[in-house]
Amino acid sequence: MSSTTNTSTNHTSTIGSIGTPSRRNTELALLVFAVAIPVFAYANVGLAINDKVPAGLLSYGLGLGLLAGVAHLAVRRFAPYADPLLLPLATLLNGLGLVVIWRLDQSKLLQSLPTYFTAAPRQLLYTALGIAMFVVVLIFLKDHRVLQRYTYISMFGALVLLMLPLVPGLGANIYGAKIWISVPGLGSVQPGEFAKIALAVFFAGYLMVKRDALALASRRFLGLYLPRGRDLGPILVVWLMSILILVFETDLGTSLLFFGMFVIMLYVATERTSWIVFGLLMSAGGAVGVASFEPHVQQRVQAWLNPLKEYKLSQAGVAGHSEQSMQALWAFGSGGTLGTGLGQGHSDLIRFAANSDFILATFGEEMGLAGIMAILLIYGLIVERGVRTALAARDPFGKLLAVGLSGAFALQVFVVAGGVMGLIPLTGMTMPFLAYGGSSVLANWALIGILIRISDTARRPAPAPAGNPDAEMTQVVRPS
Amino acid sequence: MNKPLRRIAIFCGLLVLTLLLRDNWLQYVKADSLREDTLNRRVTIARYSTPRGDIIVDGDPVTGSTASGSAGLNDLKYKRTYKNGAMWAPVTGYASQAFGANQLESLEDGILTGNDDRLFFRNTLDMITGKQKSGGNVVTTLNSAAQSAAYNGLKKQGGKGAVVALDPSTGKILALASYPSYDPSVFAGNSNDDAAAWKKLQKKYDPNDPMLNRALRETYPPGSTFKVVTASAALENGLYKSADEATNSPLPYVMPGTTTELKNEGNIPCKNATMRVALRVSCNTVFGKIGADLGNDKMLAEAKKFGFDSEQFTPVRSSASVFSDNMNQSQTALSSIGQYNTAATPLQMAMVASAVANDGKLMKPYMIDKLQSSNLDTISQTEPEEMSQPLSSANAQILQSMMETVVKDGTGKNAQINGVTVGGKTGTAQHGVENSENPYAWFISYAKLPDGSKPVAVAVVIEDDQANRDDISGGGLAAPIAKSVMEAVINSKK
Repeated sequence: MSSTTNTSTNHTSTIGSIGTPSRRNTELALLVFAVAIPVFAYANVGLAINDKVPAGLLSYGLGLGLLAGVAHLAVRRFAPYADPLLLPLATLLNGLGLVVIWRLDQSKLLQSLPTYFTAAPRQLLYTALGIAMFVVVLIFLKDHRVLQRYTYISMFGALVLLMLPLVPGLGANIYGAKIWISVPGLGSVQPGEFAKIALAVFFAGYLMVKRDALALASRRFLGLYLPRGRDLGPILVVWLMSILILVFETDLGTSLLFFGMFVIMLYVATERTSWIVFGLLMSAGGAVGVASFEPHVQQRVQAWLNPLKEYKLSQAGVAGHSEQSMQALWAFGSGGTLGTGLGQGHSDLIRFAANSDFILATFGEEMGLAGIMAILLIYGLIVERGVRTALAARDPFGKLLAVGLSGAFALQVFVVAGGVMGLIPLTGMTMPFLAYGGSSVLANWALIGILIRISDTARRPAPAPAGNPDAEMTQVVRPS
Repeated sequence: MNKPLRRIAIFCGLLVLTLLLRDNWLQYVKADSLREDTLNRRVTIARYSTPRGDIIVDGDPVTGSTASGSAGLNDLKYKRTYKNGAMWAPVTGYASQAFGANQLESLEDGILTGNDDRLFFRNTLDMITGKQKSGGNVVTTLNSAAQSAAYNGLKKQGGKGAVVALDPSTGKILALASYPSYDPSVFAGNSNDDAAAWKKLQKKYDPNDPMLNRALRETYPPGSTFKVVTASAALENGLYKSADEATNSPLPYVMPGTTTELKNEGNIPCKNATMRVALRVSCNTVFGKIGADLGNDKMLAEAKKFGFDSEQFTPVRSSASVFSDNMNQSQTALSSIGQYNTAATPLQMAMVASAVANDGKLMKPYMIDKLQSSNLDTISQTEPEEMSQPLSSANAQILQSMMETVVKDGTGKNAQINGVTVGGKTGTAQHGVENSENPYAWFISYAKLPDGSKPVAVAVVIEDDQANRDDISGGGLAAPIAKSVMEAVINSKK
């Protein structure tokens, strides 16, 4: 058994054991906190801004509680052995995101912008839809291995989703990034968020079949195992695809995300380090190549290297420059260690996209270093629970899918948070669960649903190997 | 597949760790510099989020704060107001929502906004008791009667000019006036009107440059008033031992190394005149030769002791006055009568008068008496500080008697005050190519009361474009203003 985790009595290992506790009550207890903390934060914001407890507190608390309760009951009913941490962590982030989106709705400065609309009610609706998506995944996806059947359909679906923003009349160019499509009656949809999941399904299905060929049929060259040309094909295709996204949709983040996800899954499937070397070289080459002729990407890099200059240019009214990066850094710095307190910062100075791409800056200013560290650790926990699920999964497809989804989640958090904090150039992606955006909320709840499904399958007690005396012996020797 | 999975787990952990490190860098290491970056709008928001503390003169605030009105998008709650802003602008500076702050408003911003660390305890207490945070006060050393006399004197006179008055025994700045001036309240907000008012005051649109603080930031050739420095150099270096010793001064005087004659203004008895007479009638020949005889180094050393060639911080910065180095004898001669490269701020010349009046000791000039918290507790108190001793007590007394002669029966008669001994020196400095422009009228003086105390030293400079060239002389234009400032100080002591 895999000995890495827990104590031997409380294990969730690759080989299921009899009598694994379901941990549903742990989940419920954690969910109580995950709902109570945002409710408290909501009251806090109301008191800070209007000096009174917000009128919607009760309905918000009940609403969030109800949604969490439905999700919990669905897990209890349809995935009783699932990982107990994933749902509460996602609920907490989603709830806090709602509070901060509501808080930014109250800003007079943002209200004066032509792009303003009250985002919080819509986000609450998206959250409800997201939870519904989560429940639907749990109900209809009885076994994640079913997805294996849709390997190539997923690929096709992912490609279509990615191409959609380029369709004339459908795609919308919002501040330089062509990653949106506008659907009449629904508003803008970011198909890339859904493509992420579809691609993970495709990669998992494809790699499960091809991994032996990729891993074994190789030539040794300069100490590296070079794959055969025909096996190299798919990685080249994916590489090309992410480059094309970068060029045509000027979306650095998504292309990095997809390529990173593929390299991670390829590495896990083949256990060959050479793939990582290849992957890094190709992504670096691609990024540098594109950056050398794509002005939008160059501008992002300039803004990253010298945000203050970018700010001054934007203040001087030079077109194509944005003050956002510097405003975000000021927001973080002004927050300091403990933050100004919810509702008391001035992160609305970021103006456009303050509640989506830059929402982390508001957390940084109002909850300080302490708050951001807590949030990053929550993300870290979600990712590690996902990888843990991959370790525990009994089938290679489940392992690959779980690690692909968690890896993509981790990369997304890194790319977005790193961009907002000025660690890497800014990209047009949103913090999962925290940021405003229907596509993101729906897709990420579906992602959590799939992870919960895989973890349920993984932790579900194996059918008792009755009548096998060897198995009996094994059980007896094990300390309990 | 579990081995690579564990590595991926570590990799994801490293991604999060990198973010944590970056966040610590941003929100802990760099937090202060980002928070205090003046381009960071939050600095301005904080500055105007509470009623600003006041700048106080003689117990009364010369500033105020008013709600700026929440019309539109203004995120700044309070706006600065000024009482008699134009008169006090050289002291207070401005604090504008749109255009930032300068001088005291900027230097003591922490106290005035209440964000200074020294107010931390008080702020915490206010937070607990639920009181609004309020700024502390800056109590200045200024004397409102003297300031008013100085400003109104300049205004009445009508030309550009400046006045600085010091308390010789402490270095307290009693008056600091500049004319023409500006009212900082007209652009304290951030409306379009404020922007228009600001624009109108810029040098580009107003050639009189009303926002220039002439008392501290403009240097003028000091002309004959610099002869006081030259005289003290002569006494200190033992070139002449007394005021009444005949000097070795030929007339006409041809400057060494040249064939150029150094001329006096008019036909005055300067040949081998004593220093007392030379100062009384303002002989260029005598003091030019003293400078040339002493040489550049000795003159420079003495000038530096008076504060030349370095910026002064009162704490508002004052430009450095100039006495050049590496000059030949003739240049030194010209510099020693306050011409050539020599240039001085009005503050600098007030310091010269003040050092002589204070028996040779130059006190560091300062304008902040103390900083108070909002409940009037003193946070810090400025103690008078000796800056240097440009001349010995005995020599200072010799120079005093010379300066008193100037006022008693010399060029400075206009500064005489009944019942008070006044010592002074006039100056008329030439400037422009070939002296084409109107000269500057200078007067520096101090007042000695019958009890021997000297409560005030003053420097006045006037640049008058309109006046007839011949009319301009320190005694005619500048001395009456100096007199009224001295009287104001003396009367307010009674």
